[in-house]
Amino acid sequence: MDKVNFHFDIDGDNFTSAGEASVRIKKMLREMGFTPEIIRRVSVAMYEGEINMVIHANGGDADVNVYCDRIEIILSDRGPGIPNIELAMQEGYSTAPDNIRSLGFGAGMGLPNMKRYTDDMTIESEVGKGTTITMTVNV
Amino acid sequence: MQIKKIAELLNAQVLCGEELLEGVVNSAFGCDMMSDVLAFVKDQSVLLTGLCNPQVVRTAVMMDMKCIVFVRGKRPSEDVVRLADDSGIVVMATEERMYAACGVLYTNGLPGGSVANG
Repeated sequence: MDKVNFHFDIDGDNFTSAGEASVRIKKMLREMGFTPEIIRRVSVAMYEGEINMVIHANGGDADVNVYCDRIEIILSDRGPGIPNIELAMQEGYSTAPDNIRSLGFGAGMGLPNMKRYTDDMTIESEVGKGTTITMTVNV
Repeated sequence: MQIKKIAELLNAQVLCGEELLEGVVNSAFGCDMMSDVLAFVKDQSVLLTGLCNPQVVRTAVMMDMKCIVFVRGKRPSEDVVRLADDSGIVVMATEERMYAACGVLYTNGLPGGSVANG
């Protein structure tokens, strides 16, 4: 079946606006009639990813593809990459600087939360080139 | 508990969402780390926090929360209040510290609720 695509450019220079795309996706999914549980899972996973892209990677691209049986979130950046994905997936592990912690993030919960709220998550990352995270929530 | 009761118990100033004060909430969560809110909140509809940036509001929106209480005399900027107002979230500010504010609400019948994914 055809997909519906939503694309967002994530501004990496502005922490204040971080999360705007996720709020918009939440609204669009609500208008499309998805259940509150599905909407929350998709928007929280995307929100954490969006925050990560702003904190670590100077922004990037976010695509949300809505299919009849699943919603796919693809977050792609040209940031520093993740040297050790297994370590990055551990709850509490974070490389975020202190100023980010003072803003309420950087507790090492971002990637684990993204995995927790989605049915499938893959991370492709190359140091010095960037990271692409693909998440799927089954409908 | 009605949202207006929270304002009354915490002697809080309501900064937006006056028209929503009759609404009822069943549980609350107190936290300054937004990722923890995203990880542990399930159906809690009140967020108590000392953090004052737009991400607090967006986090509350993500979790379908109805009310944000800024503790320790913290005052959010007009932009933050406007963002909450546009999102249909009541915002109030109290001089009470986090521990005391949570304690007052808890002892008056507003529990912590269940833990997501716990």
